[in-house]
Amino acid sequence: MSKEIIRIEDLTREFTMGAETVRALRGISFTIKEGEFVTIMGSSGSGKSTLLNILGCLDQPTAGVYEIDGVKMKDLSRNQLATIRNEKIGFIFQSYNLLARTSALENIELPLFYNSKVSSEERRDRALKAIEMVSLTDRMEHTPSELSGGQQQRVAIARSLVNNPVMILADEATGNLDTRTAYEIMTIFQELNKQGITIIFVTHEPDIAAFSNRTIVLRDGNIIQDYQNPKILSAAEELAKLPKQDD
Amino acid sequence: MRLLNLLKIAFKAIILNKTRTLLTMLGIIIGVASVIAMLAIGEGSKESIRTTISAMGSNMITIRPGSDVRGGVRQERSAMETLTLNDYYAIKEQANLLTYITPLVNGGGQVINGSNNWPSTIYGVNPTYLKIKITELQSGSMFTDAEVQSAAKVALIGQTVVDNVFPDGQDPVGQMIRFNNIPFKIIGILEEKGENTFGQDQDDVVIAPYTTVQKRILAIDHLESIIASAISEDDAPEAVTQVSEILRKQHKLTETEEDDFHVRSMEELISTFSSTSEMLTILLVAVASISLLIGGIGIMNIMYVSVKERTKEIGLRMAVGGKGSDILMQFLIEAILISITGGILGVLLGLSSTVFIEKFLNWPTSIALYSIIISFAVCAITGIFFGWYPAKKAAALDPITALRYE
Repeated sequence: MSKEIIRIEDLTREFTMGAETVRALRGISFTIKEGEFVTIMGSSGSGKSTLLNILGCLDQPTAGVYEIDGVKMKDLSRNQLATIRNEKIGFIFQSYNLLARTSALENIELPLFYNSKVSSEERRDRALKAIEMVSLTDRMEHTPSELSGGQQQRVAIARSLVNNPVMILADEATGNLDTRTAYEIMTIFQELNKQGITIIFVTHEPDIAAFSNRTIVLRDGNIIQDYQNPKILSAAEELAKLPKQDD
Repeated sequence: MRLLNLLKIAFKAIILNKTRTLLTMLGIIIGVASVIAMLAIGEGSKESIRTTISAMGSNMITIRPGSDVRGGVRQERSAMETLTLNDYYAIKEQANLLTYITPLVNGGGQVINGSNNWPSTIYGVNPTYLKIKITELQSGSMFTDAEVQSAAKVALIGQTVVDNVFPDGQDPVGQMIRFNNIPFKIIGILEEKGENTFGQDQDDVVIAPYTTVQKRILAIDHLESIIASAISEDDAPEAVTQVSEILRKQHKLTETEEDDFHVRSMEELISTFSSTSEMLTILLVAVASISLLIGGIGIMNIMYVSVKERTKEIGLRMAVGGKGSDILMQFLIEAILISITGGILGVLLGLSSTVFIEKFLNWPTSIALYSIIISFAVCAITGIFFGWYPAKKAAALDPITALRYE
C-alpha cells in the first residue's frame, strides 16, 4: 500500500465577480496516493482548472484542507509555497508558457535557477537529462518560436521534470495538440508514471482519460464520479494504431 | 549563489529583449542628455551675457574728492586737492576686494603733429588702467611701471586722435607728437570703443603715465580721482564700503565729520547685471525642470509598460518556484542595469552634443557639474523606481492571477 501524497477535504473556492459570488468548488474531498495517474475530467466551468491550480499551490482555497505529504498548505508562507512549487511540483500548462526568445535548454533550466542548492554545472546536467527524456536533445538550442506545439509541450514537460518533482500537474496539456501529438505526449506521461511520478492530468477529452488509472469527474464544483480505470490503454500502442502521416 | 543566479536571469532578460531594453534606455539617455545639453547652452549664454555686461566696466569703482564749502559756497570738485598719492597707496595696500587700481589725473590740451592738431584730453594713469576700463590695444604696447617711475614721455592715443593728427594714414606708433608743447612718443593705439551712453567719444583720448601728466602738463601733486575694479560685480558695493573706511582713516576724519571724498560704483550696470543673472538662472531652472519632468515621464511610461507586459512571465517564474523576493530582485537588478547604463550613455551623449553645439554652431556653452549629477540621479531614480514598483505589485499577486494576466 503506497502512501498518500495528497489529501483534500471539503475544499471550496469562491470568486467574487463584482456583486456576484461564483462558487467554483463546492466542498470536494479525495486523496491521491503516490504513483497514481489521475485524470480530472469535466466540461468547461466545472472547476477542474481551479482545482488543479489549488493542487499546484498557485491559488489558495477559500475553505477546506489541502495537505501534501501531511503538511497543511494553509499554514505555509508565500515563500514556503514557492519552495514547494519549486521542489515537489512540476506544472504543465495548456499554452506551454515558455519564455520567448529563450532556448529550449534554458527554458528547462529555469526552475533550477530558483533553487540555490543546485550549482550551475548540475543545472546544465539535469536540464540535459530532462531534455533527453522528451527526446529533444537535437533541438535544445531552438527557441519556442522555432518549435512545433508538440515540441514546445515536450520542452514544458522537461521543465516540469528538471527539479525531480514528486508530482506533475498538467492543465489541458494536450488541449492545443492534434491526436497524434497528444498521444505522443501521453506516451511520455505514461513512462514518467511508470518511473513512480504521480501525475494529475486535467482534460475534457475522454480518450485521454483512458490512459490514466483513475478518473475524477467534476460538474459544477462537485465530484460526480471517482473511479479506477478498469482497462488502462497504452498510449504507445494507440499511437502505433493511428494511420501513418503522409510526410 | 542566489544573487548570482538572479543577476544571470536579469542579464539574460536584458539581452533577450534588446529592443525593449533600448527603448527604455532611450528614454533615460534622452532625458539625461537633453538636460545636460540644455543647461550647458543656458549656462554658456548666461556666462556670455555676464561677460558682455562685465566688459562695460560694471565692476568699476570711482573715488573722487568731495566738495568743500568755503564761505557757504560749495566748491567744484576739481578745486579740491584732498586726494593724494598716499591715499592711492593706502587703498592699494589695504583693500582686498579690488583687483586693479590706478590714480587718475587729466587735463585738456592740443595734440600737435606737424601741421595737424586736435583738441583732446590727456589722462595720466598707471598700466592697470587698460584692465580696469577693459580696453585692448590695436597696436603697440602699454607703458610699463618703470616708465611711470621715470615719468617717461610716452603716450597711447585713441582712434579719434589718430584720425585727426595722422590723416594721411601713416602708422602713428613710434612717431612723436606734442601735447601742450610737451613732446610724447606714441607707443600704442587704443582699440576703438565708440561713444559711451552719454554721447562722449571714448576714442578721443591720450593716455600717459600719471607721473608725467602730473609733473609736465598739470604741475600738480594731488590726484583728481582714483579708479579701481572690484573682484566682481557682486563685490563692488562691499568694496565701496571698504575703500570709504580706508579713506576716512587716511584722512583722519572723526565720527561726526562728513566724507571729504566720494566713492561710487556702477550701480545701474550692477543692478542690470544682477537682474539679468537672476532671470537667466530662473530660466535655466525652468528649462531643466521641464526637461527632467518630460524625461522622467518617458522613463516612467516605458518602465511601467515593460513590467506590465511581463506580468505573465512573472506568473510563470512564480509557478516554477520563484519567490516574490526573487522576482523583485530580478526586476530591480534589471532596472538598475538599464538605468545606470542609460544614464552613463546619456551623460556621454549630452557632453558630446554640447561639444558639437559649441564647435559647429558656435554657440557658447558651459557644462555645469550639477546638471550632470542631478539629471543622472533623477533619471536613474525614476528608472529604478518605475522598474521596481510595478514588479513589486506583480510579485504580490497570486501566481495564478499573474499567469492569467493579459
